[in-house]
Amino acid sequence: MTDRPILMARHIAHCYRTPRGEVRALREVSLTLRRGEFVCLVGPSGCGKTTLLRILAGLLHPTRGEVWLGDQPLRGPDRRIGIMFQKDSLLPWRTALENVRLPLELSGWPGPEAARRAQALLEQVGLQGFEHAYPRELSGGMQQRVALARALAADPEILLLDEPFATLDAITRERLNEMLIGLWERQRKTVLMVTHDVHEAAWLADRVLVMSPRPGTIVAEIQVPSPRPRGADRWSHPAFLQTVWAIRQALGDGGG
Amino acid sequence: MHGKATGWGTWHRTGIWLPRAGAALLFVLLWSLVVRLGDYPPFILPGPERVAARMWALAAEGSLWRHWWATAVEVGLGLGLGVAVGLILAYPLAHWRLFERMVAPYLVASQAVPIVAIAPLLIIWFGPGLLARVLVSALIAFFPVLIAAIAGFRQVPPEWRELFRSLQATRWQTFWKLEWPAALPTIFGGLKIGATLSVIGAFVGELISADRGIGFLIKQGQGLYDTPLVFGGILLLASQALLLYGVISALEHRWARR
Repeated sequence: MTDRPILMARHIAHCYRTPRGEVRALREVSLTLRRGEFVCLVGPSGCGKTTLLRILAGLLHPTRGEVWLGDQPLRGPDRRIGIMFQKDSLLPWRTALENVRLPLELSGWPGPEAARRAQALLEQVGLQGFEHAYPRELSGGMQQRVALARALAADPEILLLDEPFATLDAITRERLNEMLIGLWERQRKTVLMVTHDVHEAAWLADRVLVMSPRPGTIVAEIQVPSPRPRGADRWSHPAFLQTVWAIRQALGDGGG
Repeated sequence: MHGKATGWGTWHRTGIWLPRAGAALLFVLLWSLVVRLGDYPPFILPGPERVAARMWALAAEGSLWRHWWATAVEVGLGLGLGVAVGLILAYPLAHWRLFERMVAPYLVASQAVPIVAIAPLLIIWFGPGLLARVLVSALIAFFPVLIAAIAGFRQVPPEWRELFRSLQATRWQTFWKLEWPAALPTIFGGLKIGATLSVIGAFVGELISADRGIGFLIKQGQGLYDTPLVFGGILLLASQALLLYGVISALEHRWARR
């Protein structure tokens, strides 16, 4: 069950056309996400991680290669794929509840049902009592909780997270990561999370993909052997530290 | 807590109105002082009491309200039409460069020619009735709304567009739930300019052809050297612009708060 591939990228390459010529963002990327697994994608800044994520979300057509969702090629955005951006993606004229409700509204859910589901999602991310707050009234961490609830709203099978907590302070980020892992353990969605934090990757993922600097390619695939749940005591596990070390090594090999 | 909030609100309101009333009083006092010190004849510079008396007489015979209303209708219809045309044109202009390249020169030209030069033409074409005056008003009110709306639609952050694309929103959903609310604060900026211009447009239309309205009053006052009437007309025009501006600010506060 968990071994079945759900999202596959085959020989992806991508160039951006700019007024100053072509920029090669991705050289050659192939990857497979299996149902229910948590994968982290680590790489130096500007290595094309976000480009890759946008291609996997169907928002961008790669110059070469193709993406398969289940047994069909991906032609564009798909409701089975939810995406969460790094920051500032909440609509400021909508309350937290209204922001979470947006995907449901767009796919034609009846109002009361959509409101009930949005309410339940806000509770899952720990924001009960803030339903009617506007984004500007929420802290950065709370805003990202709302964004996560929204990404989950349409009940996607795959969740693509683009450095979701990168702009937050370390303590808030730790808390949100704990919440994320809790949600994942309950719902078992397939998650691909982009991060540039090696510890975060080793803590959260089943498998870590390491990218080279631009033009990006995957230089290493590291299985994380640490048993779950991985609490704060992970720091005392030699396996955890070995994983962190292995990721660092792979990043170094890539020249980052 | 609640009582305190109300108390602050009341203070806040008097805090706005008190200085306003003070400034108005000061304005009238200075005006009166200038008239007295300069010893100007009333047909050059009438004092505030003479203007008030003239307006009172006009109100007593019942025509003040009639003229005010005639202009208000032109302004309302002119602004409404201008806003509608501005918004409808803004969407394709913001999204299709080719359309913009084709249409923009004509739009700019329509604004480069002074409205007083175009107004007689509109009156020849559409007759001396309400329609021509509404068109004059609409013609100068639409431009700032159009420019603001184009800017507003174009400034929608790409991250939000990407979000809507990832959620497979239709074009209509993207407009209604993203572009429109995102552009609204910018549009209100243009609307405020358009509103004051629509008063000017209606007035210009009346100067050229009308048998009622504030423009008609002022023209009549000019012909009869009834300067208090001209002054009164100017104050009436200002009252309409202020009223409109106030209404739009109130709507902005309700709909486009961030």
